[in-house]
Amino acid sequence: MSANAGADDGETPNGGDSPEQPRWRSDLQTLVGLLVATYVGFGLLGLFTGVRPNSIAGFLQTVTFFAGVFALLTLAVNLHWGYTGLFNIGVAGFMGVGVYTMAVLTAAPTASPAGFGLPTFVGVIGGTIAAGLVGVVIALPALRVRADYFAIITLGFSEIVRLGVTSGALRQIELGGRVYGTGGGGGIGYQPVSSVVPWALELPGVSAVGDGLYAAAAFLGLSASIVDRVLYALVIIGFVLLFYLLLERIAHSPFGRVLKAIREDETAARSLGKNTRRAKLTVFALGAALMGLAGILWIGSRSLATPSSFVPVVTFYIFVALIIGGSGSNTGSVVGAFVFAAFLWEGPRFVRTILRRSLDLASPPTVVDAVGHLAALNPLPLFGYVVDSLDVLRWVAIGVLLVVLMVRRPEGLYGARTDIAAATDLSVRPTRGDDDE
Amino acid sequence: MNADGLAARFENPTAEELFGLALLLGVAVLCLDLVRRVATGELAAARLLGLIWNGLVDSLYIALAAVGLSMTYSILRFANFAHGDLLTTGAFSGWTVAYLIGGIGAADLGSRLLLDADGGAQAGDLGMDVLASPLAIVLGLIAAAVVTIAVSLAIDRLVYKRLRDADGITLLIASVGIALALRYLIAFVYTQEARGIVAAAPMWEPAWLPIGAINLHEATLVGSGLTLIVGVHLMLQYTKLGTSMRAMSDNRDLAQVTGISTERVITATWAIGGGLAGVAGYLIVLDQSQITINLGWFLLLLVFSAVILGGIGSIYGALAGSLIIGTTINISLIWIPADLGNVAAFTLMILVLVLKPDGLFGGVATT
Repeated sequence: MSANAGADDGETPNGGDSPEQPRWRSDLQTLVGLLVATYVGFGLLGLFTGVRPNSIAGFLQTVTFFAGVFALLTLAVNLHWGYTGLFNIGVAGFMGVGVYTMAVLTAAPTASPAGFGLPTFVGVIGGTIAAGLVGVVIALPALRVRADYFAIITLGFSEIVRLGVTSGALRQIELGGRVYGTGGGGGIGYQPVSSVVPWALELPGVSAVGDGLYAAAAFLGLSASIVDRVLYALVIIGFVLLFYLLLERIAHSPFGRVLKAIREDETAARSLGKNTRRAKLTVFALGAALMGLAGILWIGSRSLATPSSFVPVVTFYIFVALIIGGSGSNTGSVVGAFVFAAFLWEGPRFVRTILRRSLDLASPPTVVDAVGHLAALNPLPLFGYVVDSLDVLRWVAIGVLLVVLMVRRPEGLYGARTDIAAATDLSVRPTRGDDDE
Repeated sequence: MNADGLAARFENPTAEELFGLALLLGVAVLCLDLVRRVATGELAAARLLGLIWNGLVDSLYIALAAVGLSMTYSILRFANFAHGDLLTTGAFSGWTVAYLIGGIGAADLGSRLLLDADGGAQAGDLGMDVLASPLAIVLGLIAAAVVTIAVSLAIDRLVYKRLRDADGITLLIASVGIALALRYLIAFVYTQEARGIVAAAPMWEPAWLPIGAINLHEATLVGSGLTLIVGVHLMLQYTKLGTSMRAMSDNRDLAQVTGISTERVITATWAIGGGLAGVAGYLIVLDQSQITINLGWFLLLLVFSAVILGGIGSIYGALAGSLIIGTTINISLIWIPADLGNVAAFTLMILVLVLKPDGLFGGVATT
């Protein structure tokens, strides 16, 4: 398993483990360097090809937003798989439970389908708790079976959630004169969680700051909605930091050491008197709750939740991000999420927009039409078809990348690091200056 | 077990046994309710027969995919998430050949090559049914098998061969990558639009038949499916290859020690599993007429449920699992709304696994 591939070889990529400089510091430098290089690179690319500043800012905000939400989910998956070795591929299901609970709690009582009209923060907390509880319910049967059966049970669970909320049976439920329910394929509307940003900016005392920000943005040619979206992306980054700290805290706690022991050899951990079953149950519920919260911050920032947001392939986005970064490493999770969001998720769309703007490309409807022009030595229609199909080809690229990573570097960018399990680092030997022998 | 032991077991049932008892009771209650509904006329006998028949047809195409999946699972020791997309590969390649041959003169080459992606080759105009163009449909079936076998062998050479010693989860993730690449390569060529590409099924209604009419596409599906399954059974039981395969799924090292060439068995496994998958994809389209790039992916979880329910590694378990899953999807509709049939099947899979973590028929351990 890639999670423990590097447990003994002690390889440290990027040379980040020198005693003078703590690892987190070099990690931070790498991350900031990557962020700056990416933003400047895409920004300059946009400016030179004549994209409006507002669109560039919008694109960079989207990258940040997706990097943030993917990082949240990747960290949660890392807790399950990277730490404990639980191969949970039902991430989309836990997101769905969180978002739908939030939606039902916060939607207006007059809306259709109706909600309970509670404040947003109640919905966020309620959704998170619901996802965690459902995690316990799924873990009880799922943890009894072997790893690959476990994977398929979790996938089955996520499909049960999605098909359940799509079903006509739960679409409308009449209760006390109001019609509640999930809204079926049409989804359920609610107040988006990102609306806390404009709300906060209108609070007395903060409003001056908000007005200042809007004015500064207008000066740069950016619209007010971009400011709100950028601020919401910052909120998400705040949550990423919280998740990261929580996971690091767990990693270095006795509980975290039990989790890693389960990953390496569950029988051995049990024979040392550790209650592995309870540890797995706890960590599964915690990870599920984090997935629910991440789902709320992602899908909940739209004003409508539909079942199509929770198709199983969403789970695999997260796994691709985690595998790029390296499972088992929290830093790797964040870096992987960013790389995935910037270069595989949003990057191709940006490039396509630029190509469409700067080249006058024909869009042949089918590949046969496009290839037909090759006979006349005109490759442009084929190129136009490729550009049009960039959304599809992006998936081919993701698939090939996944295979290449598994064959060449299953531990990802950061997964090969060794973590010091003991409270004191025993691998660092005291200098043999004054030998007493 | 002596009588005392038996009595002791009944006095102190474990939670597991109680759960199993509850599950059995639940099934028994549903069966009694079924009898009551038919007896009181609440459920017309014709509808029940229709549901059972649909259940059998569904079971059959799940089984065709499940046998292949179970073989690769037991011999290569990983859950192949690209298996669904092998079905899709078979469906698209087979029907392309059927269109190329059956549509000569009726539509231009480009539209036929792309399976009507541009609306220029309507199934009705081309006469795409088993009576109007039987040769094209049979050649398409063969092409589906051949192309899918070639694709699975190529994937094995390119990817899985380099991962022979990797653990199950690494292989599983690689197979997810292959699934995505394969599916979206197909989408690149054939577009993502779902479309009907088979003409309405001809009906055969001889006077002596008690049930009205037989849908000939469904009959083709059932006939070819059963033939293939019996063929796999004979191959496994009576040929040297079959014995080697069973030996390898039981114990790979021991098989190697006795002189079985594991690489040859693996190649044969991919060929048989891929061929069955391709044929299954092709036949599903023949029966349902709809083709989309998600054809196999959407079916995959049901196929996995069937394989796991039977116990991974047991081909006969996979067949039994398919029968259970296929009938559950349909019979459950007596009690629950039509869009929850799959939910019932997945729930049943989870419940059975709680009771028997290794599936109904045991199966091999993957690492």
